Amino acid sequence: MSIAADTPLRRFAVDFLRSPTAVIAGLGLLAIALAAIFAGVIAPQNPYDLAQIDIFDGSLEPGSEGFNGFKYWLGSDEQGRDMLSAMIYGLRISLMVSFIAVSSAVAIGMVLGLLAAWRGGTVESIIMRAVDIQLSFPALLVALLLLAALGKGVDKVIIALILVQWAYFARTVRAAALVEIRKDYVTAARAAALPPSRILFGHVLPNVMPPVLVIATVQVANAISIEASLSFLGVGVPITQPSLGLLIANGFDYLLSGRYWISFYPGVALLVTLVCINVVADHVRDILNPRLQR
Amino acid sequence: MTALLSLRALSQTYVSTPDLAERMANLAGAKYRELRVRAVNEVSFDVAEGEVVGLVGESGCGKSTLGRMVVGVETPSGGTLAWRGATLEEMTPEQRRQWELEVQMIFQDPFASLNPRMRVEQIIGEAPVVHGLIKRTERRDYVAELLGKVGLGADIMSRYPHQFSGGQRQRIGIARALALRPKLIVCDEAISALDVSIQAQVLNLFEDLRAEFGFAYLFISHDLGAVEHIADRVAIMYLGRLVEIGTADEVFENPRHPYTRALLAEAPRIDRRGQDFTPIEGEIPSPLDPPPGCAFHPRCARATQACKGAMPELRAGRDGRRTACILEHGEQP
Ligand SMILES: Nc1ncnc2c1ncn2[C@@H]1O[C@H](COP(=O)(O)OP(=O)(O)O)[C@@H](O)[C@H]1O
Ligand SMILES: [Mg+2]
Repeated sequence: MSIAADTPLRRFAVDFLRSPTAVIAGLGLLAIALAAIFAGVIAPQNPYDLAQIDIFDGSLEPGSEGFNGFKYWLGSDEQGRDMLSAMIYGLRISLMVSFIAVSSAVAIGMVLGLLAAWRGGTVESIIMRAVDIQLSFPALLVALLLLAALGKGVDKVIIALILVQWAYFARTVRAAALVEIRKDYVTAARAAALPPSRILFGHVLPNVMPPVLVIATVQVANAISIEASLSFLGVGVPITQPSLGLLIANGFDYLLSGRYWISFYPGVALLVTLVCINVVADHVRDILNPRLQR
Repeated sequence: MTALLSLRALSQTYVSTPDLAERMANLAGAKYRELRVRAVNEVSFDVAEGEVVGLVGESGCGKSTLGRMVVGVETPSGGTLAWRGATLEEMTPEQRRQWELEVQMIFQDPFASLNPRMRVEQIIGEAPVVHGLIKRTERRDYVAELLGKVGLGADIMSRYPHQFSGGQRQRIGIARALALRPKLIVCDEAISALDVSIQAQVLNLFEDLRAEFGFAYLFISHDLGAVEHIADRVAIMYLGRLVEIGTADEVFENPRHPYTRALLAEAPRIDRRGQDFTPIEGEIPSPLDPPPGCAFHPRCARATQACKGAMPELRAGRDGRRTACILEHGEQP
């Protein structure tokens, strides 16, 4: 390895590739993300195009063929939707909602956390009290109450998720930034009279990113499961844009009547997604943990 | 001629007020008080253009705090700081900008003082571009030139700090300070953390740069030998106060304040290089609760009853040397 190519990113990549489990989970995650992004191309059927579904193909078992020879690999639901396609589309909704929510929460939490660490005093007290209050309520409860007030909708679910997640990032960023701001490289930047925004976003931020990245990965998994719970409880995404959680809820009624596949496969997809994310997050945390570093 | 930097009764007091939880505990009878640390206490001296002032004192006596106020990363809680004759309050925005750029700092820890996520080119070249000293397109050449001045090759420009040794990192930090064309460089223990063999090299680099650019240095150090070697004048601090200041020759030849004498007592005359202070008898008093009168009296072999009374002023003697000790004042005509 040449010395000039030894960038922080490259070192990270080398470390990541050392763990076979993490690589498998990472590839799984990549496949899941690609399937979600290209759902329209990959899914055999568009389950929400009424012209494509056939009510006579309702409740078929996995592997059976429909009237016109269409193969339902994972069976179909009551309305004759191909479960494999519904699952891929559901995955797309689940991932999109949590990804947008977590990125927004990261952005908000980062700005507030940096501001608290930099300004101190009253600004810091106000921000950190808000964080304490936010974190003292169970996330699911807050989201549930909020959605009960706001009503259904993908956008409302995203807002609720941002609201329950920004505080984690604000707290993490503040703690890490307080450590960084005391370091001499920040004093040097201040002695050089660089504008505060430049110091915070150009100098401090890249150094507080590692813990934020770890938490963000874990929180994507959390957001997916909160969203699934909300949808399962009927206050999440609308029936026209079902996520994995809503698919599970829809199939739940049929579970006892033997048509397990309507709930089961979306459940498996949810589980696999969460496991992959958590394995990757765990490994990223290990790499970035300075105590474990050689 | 006005001095480059003049400090008059410059002070920094850190106040920590009880937080909300502690105030609530106070209601229940706990006794959390407001804590005041007088980290720097009415320090006055000047630094002339091109002059090297050594600042010496035990750990915790306020040297770094003073240095941070001089470079402008901390606002003094009292007294005045003037740059080229203009105090902080009087400065026009241009004068303030000039002060901010003309005073730069070099740090003790060569690992914490460089941003681990920036390449050398950006570490050195960012600020001069931001302040319009050079254009963005000139950055590579400018940084290459500065690296040459500190004895490093231009080929290291795209590397990250972790790829260097302590001495090399310190040189990068020096190049970063040079990039803003400073007039005064505050060196806060800038060689203490380096290997002894490297210390001499970096010290020589400071001298070469001074010869080339005519910098003034505020040279904060534990190393009496290094201070004697590089400083024109030496200021001795004890518990936030200046206790003696004079030319390096005078102070080292003939220390007057008992504290200075104690510091120098066992350092061999011939070569003090690498010599830390001899530990002085007694503990350093807490800056939270300094002793009354002369803060040094509990540890001073010559202390009298009068020393517990009033804090002695830093008073000029015949030769321009100033000492804060009533015994010394008494000896003078
Ligand atoms: N930000 C701060 N808040 C509170 N106390 C401080 C702060 N910085 C320094 N101090 C205190 O001020 C005193 C002087 O510190 P410092 O200037 O770092 O000393 P030195 O550099 O001479 O070792 C010490 O007692 C230290 O604990
Ligand atoms: Mg210090």
